[in-house]
Amino acid sequence: MVATVERAPADAVDVADAGIVCRELTKIYHGAPPAPAWGGRTGAGGTPGGATHRGGPPAPAQARDAGDGVLAVDRLNLVVERGAFFGLLGPNGAGKSTTIGMLTTRVIPTRGQAIVAGVDVVKQPALARTQLAAVTQTNTLDRSLTVFDNLYFHGRYFGLARGESRRRAQRLIERFNLVDKARAMVDELSGGLAQRVQIARALLHDPAVLFLDEPTAGLDPQGRLALWDLLRELHAGGQTILLTTHYMEEADTLCERIAVIDHGRLLALDTPAGLKASVGAQRIVTLTLNRPDDGAVRRRIERIEGVNRVDADGAVLRVYADVEQGLVPEVVNAVAAAGAELHDLSVAEPTLEAVYLNLTGREYRE
Amino acid sequence: MTTIASARPVAPLRAPRLTTTDQVRTAVALVSRDLAVLFMSPFQFLVRVSMQPALFSFVFAYVFPRIGFGIGGSRGGASSFGNVLLPGLMANTLMFQGIQSVALPLVQEFSFSKEIEDRVMAPVPTWAVAVSKIISGAIQSCFAAIIVVPAVWIASGMAISPDWGHPALLVSLVVLGSLVGAALGLLMGTIVRPQSINLLFALLILPLTLLGCVYYPWSALHTLRWLQIAVLFNPVVYMSEGLRASLAPQFGYISLWAVYGLLLAGMAVMTVAGVCLFRRRVIS
Repeated sequence: MVATVERAPADAVDVADAGIVCRELTKIYHGAPPAPAWGGRTGAGGTPGGATHRGGPPAPAQARDAGDGVLAVDRLNLVVERGAFFGLLGPNGAGKSTTIGMLTTRVIPTRGQAIVAGVDVVKQPALARTQLAAVTQTNTLDRSLTVFDNLYFHGRYFGLARGESRRRAQRLIERFNLVDKARAMVDELSGGLAQRVQIARALLHDPAVLFLDEPTAGLDPQGRLALWDLLRELHAGGQTILLTTHYMEEADTLCERIAVIDHGRLLALDTPAGLKASVGAQRIVTLTLNRPDDGAVRRRIERIEGVNRVDADGAVLRVYADVEQGLVPEVVNAVAAAGAELHDLSVAEPTLEAVYLNLTGREYRE
Repeated sequence: MTTIASARPVAPLRAPRLTTTDQVRTAVALVSRDLAVLFMSPFQFLVRVSMQPALFSFVFAYVFPRIGFGIGGSRGGASSFGNVLLPGLMANTLMFQGIQSVALPLVQEFSFSKEIEDRVMAPVPTWAVAVSKIISGAIQSCFAAIIVVPAVWIASGMAISPDWGHPALLVSLVVLGSLVGAALGLLMGTIVRPQSINLLFALLILPLTLLGCVYYPWSALHTLRWLQIAVLFNPVVYMSEGLRASLAPQFGYISLWAVYGLLLAGMAVMTVAGVCLFRRRVIS
C-alpha cells in the first residue's frame, strides 16, 4: 500500500477521497500562544507559559513574528491519501501541534482550509470529529472510569447504542490484549498500556483518520516496539494515520511519507528513502580534530575525489561523500597534511536524523 | 503544481452525516457519564451532601435550644428555627453542590489530567459539552437538595414541620436553583486555576453561604439596612427566600418576581459566560 502525499495546492485532488487536505493553512496567534489543550502538554496549571514545553504551540522565540501576531503555521499545503501512514517531523515550536490542532478542530485556522475525510473541519467541526480521532502523548483517559467504561462511554458519546458500544469495546479490548485490564481503573495502567487503551478508545468510533501526537514519548523500549507493531497492524488494515514524533527511527520505520516542517513552513516532503537520498552522499564521515579548523583541513578534504561537501562546526567536520573505498585513509592523510591531529572519526550512512538536522539546524530549542 | 497519482483504487467515502438527534444522543451520553460516576460511589455522595446540613441542624436546632444558648432558647424556638433553616440549607446545598460537582472536576480535568479531552472531541458543538456539564451538575444538586430534607429532620430531633402545600413553587425553585449553582460551577471551573482552588472556598463559598440568608430570613436584616441591600447581590439569597416562600412562608420572603427574575437572569448570564470561557479553554 503506497501512500501518495505531495506538496501541492491540492486543487486537483478529489477532496472527498483524500484522508487529509490542507490548502494554504495558516495560523497566527495573537498575544501569547495558548496552552495546547488538544495536545495536553501544558506547564503547571495549564498556564500559557507552559506551552513551549515539548512541542506545544510555537513559542514566540521559534515561530515567526507576523506583524501583530505569531505565525505558527504558514500557508501549509498538504495532501494525505486515504490509507497512508504519514509522518510530521519538526523541532519544538515548529508548528506540528498547531497543525494537528487545526486538523482536529481544536485550533481555528487564521486562513486556509483543512479537510479531513471530506469534511471541512472549520465549517463542520462536530461532523469532522466523527471522522477523526486524536491520541496524545499525555494520558487523557477518564480516571473515574474503568478501562472498559472508557471505551464504552466513548462509543456512547459517538451516538452508539448501549449494546453496540459494549460489543465494540469488548472487541477492541480483545484485539489490543487488554482483557486482563478491562476492569482496572486507569491509574493502575503502565504508560505503554495506557497508550494502548487510548488508541483502542480512539478507534472505537471507527475514524477515517487517526492522529497520533508523539504517542511513544516516555515509553520504555519494549512499550515502544509493542506500539509500533500495533500501528503497523492498523495501517495494514487500511487505517489512515498521521504521526508526529521526535524519534527519527520511529518515523523511518513506520511512515511511508514524511513532511519536515519548521517555523510553520514545509521544508521537505518525501519518502524516508527519498529524504535520505537528498543528503547527496552515500557516506558521512564525522571527524573531531584537536582544535577548531581554520579552513586548511576542510580545503584539503574537499579536494579528495568523491567528496561532495564538507561542513565544519568548530573542531568537528562532516564529510559527505559518494565513495567508500579508500575514503578514510585519504581523509586521515589530509588531516595530517594540514598539520592537525585527529581525535575521533566515525563513518555512517545518511540517516533521517542527519536529514532532519540538516533541514532544521542543530540549535537546541526548549 | 504537483500531480497526485493514486497508488490503489479507493472506494468513495460514505458521505458523513450528523443529525440533531445524533447530537442530542451525544449530549445525553455526556450527562449519563457524570451520573454513572456519581452512582459508582453513592455512599460517598450521601455523606458529602448530608454532613453539613445535618451538623448545622444538629447544633443550631437541637443542641442550642437544649443548652439555652443563642438561637431559639426553647423547644418552640427549636422548631421555629429548624423551619427557617431547612429552606436555607437546601438553597445552600443547591449552590454548594453545583460548584462541587462541576467546578472541582473541571479544574482537575482542564489542568493536569486533561480528562476532558475525550468529551471535548465528542461530535457536538463545544457549547453542548459545557451545557451538558451544567445539566449533570444540576441533576446532582437536585438529588442533594432532596437528601437535605431527611438529614435536617433527623438531626434537628424531628423538630421541623415544613409546609408542603406549594409543590410547584418547591419543584421549580429546586430545579432553577440547581441550574444556577451548576452554571456558577461551570464559570468557576473555567476560571479557577488548580493552585488557587482553596481561594474558591474562602472567597466564594463561605460568603455565599453565610451571607445568603441561609440561617435567617432576609426581612430579619432590616435593622442592618446596608447589609440587607448588599446581600441582594448574592444568588443564594433568592434561592433561600424562594424556598422559604414554599416551605416556611410564615417567616415572610422577598417578592417571588424578584426570586424568579433574578435567578433566571443570573443563570442566563453565568451560563453564557461559562460556555464562552469553556470554549476559550478548549479551542484556540
